[in-house]
Amino acid sequence: MTSLVNKTSVKAKAKNIFSSPIAAFAAWVIAILWTIPTFGLLVTSIRPEKDINTSGWWTFFANPNISFENYTQVLFEGSTTNPPLFQFFFNSLAVTIPAVVFPITLAVFAAYALAWFNFKGRDFIFFSIFALQVVPIQLALIPLLQLFAKGVEIGGVTVIPDFDITGTYIPIWIAHTIFGLPLAIFLLHNFLAQIPRELIEAARVDGAGWFTLFSKIVLPLSVPAIASFAIFQFLWVWNDLLVGLTFGGGKKEVAPMTIRLAEMVGTRGSGWELLTAGAFVSMVVPLIVFFALQRYFVRGLLAGSVKG
Amino acid sequence: MSSLAILMARKTPFDVIAENFTLLALALLSFSAIVFLIFLLGSRSSVKTQEWLKYLVFLVPALLLLLIGLIYPTFRTLIMSFMDKESETFVGFDNYIWAFTIPEINVVLVNTLIWTLTVPLISTLLGLAIAYMTDRMKRPAAIKSLIFMPMAISFVGAGVIWKFVYNYQPREGQPEIGLLSAIFKAIGLTPPNWLLEAPLNTYLLIVVMIWIQTGFAMVVLSAALKNVPDEIVEAAMLDGATAFKRFYLVSVPMIRATIVVVLTTIMIGTLKVFDIVRTMTGGNFQTNVIANEMYSQSFRQMNYGQGSALAIILFVAIIPIIVYNIRQLRLERTER
Amino acid sequence: MSTLRRRAIALGATAVAASLVLAGCASTEPAAEETAAVDEACAAYADYLGNEGTEVEIYTTIIDPEASLFIESFAEFEECTGITINWNGTQEFEAQISVRVEGGTAPDMAIFPQPGLLAKFAGNGLVPANDKTSASVDENYTADWKTYGTVDGVFYGTPLGANVKSFVWYSPKTFADNGWAIPSTWAELLALSDEIAAGGAVQPWCAGFGSGDATGWVGTDWMEDLMLRFQDAATYDAWVSGELPFNDPKVAEVLAEAGKILKNPAYVGDVASIATTTFQEGGAGIVDGTCAMHRQASFIGGILAADFGATIVSPEDTTTEGGITTFYFPGVSADNKPALGGGEFVGIFADRPEVHAVHHYLTTAAWNNKKASLGGWFSANLGLDTANVADPVNKVAVEILQNASTFRFDGSDVMPAEVGAGSFWKEMTAWVAENKSDKAVLDAIYATWPY
Repeated sequence: MTSLVNKTSVKAKAKNIFSSPIAAFAAWVIAILWTIPTFGLLVTSIRPEKDINTSGWWTFFANPNISFENYTQVLFEGSTTNPPLFQFFFNSLAVTIPAVVFPITLAVFAAYALAWFNFKGRDFIFFSIFALQVVPIQLALIPLLQLFAKGVEIGGVTVIPDFDITGTYIPIWIAHTIFGLPLAIFLLHNFLAQIPRELIEAARVDGAGWFTLFSKIVLPLSVPAIASFAIFQFLWVWNDLLVGLTFGGGKKEVAPMTIRLAEMVGTRGSGWELLTAGAFVSMVVPLIVFFALQRYFVRGLLAGSVKG
Repeated sequence: MSSLAILMARKTPFDVIAENFTLLALALLSFSAIVFLIFLLGSRSSVKTQEWLKYLVFLVPALLLLLIGLIYPTFRTLIMSFMDKESETFVGFDNYIWAFTIPEINVVLVNTLIWTLTVPLISTLLGLAIAYMTDRMKRPAAIKSLIFMPMAISFVGAGVIWKFVYNYQPREGQPEIGLLSAIFKAIGLTPPNWLLEAPLNTYLLIVVMIWIQTGFAMVVLSAALKNVPDEIVEAAMLDGATAFKRFYLVSVPMIRATIVVVLTTIMIGTLKVFDIVRTMTGGNFQTNVIANEMYSQSFRQMNYGQGSALAIILFVAIIPIIVYNIRQLRLERTER
Repeated sequence: MSTLRRRAIALGATAVAASLVLAGCASTEPAAEETAAVDEACAAYADYLGNEGTEVEIYTTIIDPEASLFIESFAEFEECTGITINWNGTQEFEAQISVRVEGGTAPDMAIFPQPGLLAKFAGNGLVPANDKTSASVDENYTADWKTYGTVDGVFYGTPLGANVKSFVWYSPKTFADNGWAIPSTWAELLALSDEIAAGGAVQPWCAGFGSGDATGWVGTDWMEDLMLRFQDAATYDAWVSGELPFNDPKVAEVLAEAGKILKNPAYVGDVASIATTTFQEGGAGIVDGTCAMHRQASFIGGILAADFGATIVSPEDTTTEGGITTFYFPGVSADNKPALGGGEFVGIFADRPEVHAVHHYLTTAAWNNKKASLGGWFSANLGLDTANVADPVNKVAVEILQNASTFRFDGSDVMPAEVGAGSFWKEMTAWVAENKSDKAVLDAIYATWPY
């Protein structure tokens, strides 16, 4: 017979024995080693240019020569050909936010349909969507680009007209939405499918239509899953280079930060001081997003793919 | 118009930012408005209407986008893989024969295989190990965040970071700016040209990918471990099993499904990634992988036939993984 | 906010000042005289009128700092014609141009670093140059330059900037301090290298092939320069067009000569790391005196000056620390002096009058002189006055371009892209990086030639 007290003390004992100091120590060592390369980047970004090219970043601690010149230069200085980085920062925001909102909305809808509508071929469609994760983006670049630029004609009949949207954000948003859908639908479906059947049935019996069912019951329950996927999608879009480059029509007004960063790497052997500062600036936002939404992350993924 | 006026007419960053934010706000607002309206109409419509309307609203948009954006291009690629570089004449299997007989292809295929086997395996093992170590810690947040941090960094950023680790200074007497080289010199060894020496360079590039992916594995497996009911593990403890045995024999099998998902997700991601190779070695020095070669053929050489053939080969390679996954999912479903 | 506005105004003011100075006006003159003077200056642009308010996008690999000089050179044109030129420079140009053209979002105008790349778009979106532009090129450039922009008899690409590649960079001070003489034949060059190597203090040669996606192009330049010296111009042409197979014994002979320097550790130090040294860093050794010679095109001077603290001097200046200049890359005999060079070509994808206007303007002597006077740039335009070229090395380069008996364009830029921007680069990289044999390298390149 386990009384409450007993159970607690067993648990406490278990936790005590389990929190092995060795394991914790090992974990810390790994975490620190893990972070050394990134730390090197941070240190390099606050060193003056001359130092960077002539000595290793670890010597910084012997000769601390701090300079925020790199950051000011990369963020605020620009020319008529190359706008300063902070403009691209806002571009990245403008690209990323819809590119997270749109696919999640469509994915939740589709996941809901695949989890709770009953129709023939439902499983086939679901597994096909899952398989689409495999398609590398490069394949879709040119066909999609042609679509955005010229519309689609089959046998002389205009199926999709030319909306004249090149050089705006719209092609980038649509492209990111498309590429994010397969994984989103898969993860969200796993979650939605685990909503207790009784809950759904009860609501249907009470007369709730499919739309009300979604907005009043399914959606509130799926917030953790949505939040966790939102983080992934945010990181993915924020750090993306290829889609922004291709669908932005080459225009600087819509180019996200990664493109500007890639420019700095390019074929020039020098300019590392700007590059390190720029790389760090681009890392800040995803990190903030991650830290802010961490707890949803754990809960959301938890329900995503675990049995029972 | 004076040139001053011309220059002022060119947009300043603030003009651009203002424009972009207006567009952003418009896009979000109109999207929300449309969704809201549809829901309003939908919930008011009759039961009969809802029976078909629900498909149109919930399922069709996503399916349509996927059809246009992924399925159609895939078929197009398949067809292009049987055509010449301009996609004008049919050439049968020529491109595939090319793909399998060029001397470099051995390197490319072997490298791709090495990447596909090592990255998922090591990332998952490491992620699992760290999940285990932090599982019982009181405050694991800091460690987890540090390990996850590389995932927040773009591949370009990662390339820059690791440049300062792998840099090699050939000129004597010049200071080292690469961490590894400096360490080697400090302990009296001569550092090799890290990114030049094959196959060392491939493994060094793989390290970068593992560095990025382990965070993902750790977070997912950690969440799964937390889901393992305490009672079962405690029962094992009362049976006298050591902590490690408890983990290995009890916890791990319970999260088997998650481990499989993590492995395959990382495997698919690894097969598609070409940025790391492209930015750090350009595919030279025997480091080339399929995804990079495919990009190179299609976009730099503009040989769509050969690029497409490589893409299809990539697909075919991934199919077994997908099939296995689908089987697993099916099993899970029947059990539910 | 005010900082940027101030900067914009400052830049604008500079441009205005520059164009006014060029137009011969003072900004404080009364309005009537100013208008008259502006009208006078704008008279030169009468041909381009009728396009007010239009925009032309130029897509190119050229980014800052060179790009701002281009923009400055357009200021007067824009002011007088009302055409706005949007400069879109990106280092992803080579990968993205085909995506843009295929995808239907081609730029109005593109500056191609290689004629071979431009040729790929002939019949695939490229608009031929109009008659006026064609005539301007006939007048202002030698016939060779026009052929590089012509595909199947149709003229598309006008020449823009140029560079000369047959140079060896060195520091006159280092040479003077060590008592070394400038070689005038290949044999003397090798002998000098031996002499320097024997001295032990300075590395005879330094080289760097690294260039991101384009790693290896430096090696192709070596091959081309040597090809012109050890074989004749006709053989060079046959080689570039593919008539002469890439693994022909004549080519092998040339590669072997290149190997005498590039694969000799006594001359270059660690051979393999040539592949991982960027082409910019490749020349750094001559600035700080750790190496003696660096074979590279004329444009490296600006890079070494900006990034490594060098100063471009004339050969007589043997006192400036970090002073660098060039001597002619010797041929087999002292009187055999072929010249290898490169350049950009401008192609257009839109058939609009304002685009043709800009296309034409770039071929005029007026614009070329304006651009050259801004510094660090020159072209093969026959109307270019060397007085406008300040840099001593560039002055010599222009003279070579205008007077060369045998001038050939960079071969790898003219070869089909699979080779010239593909296997030729990769194999030269492997040649040094993995010590690949001459035969294997040439056979591999030959195998990729799209016969």
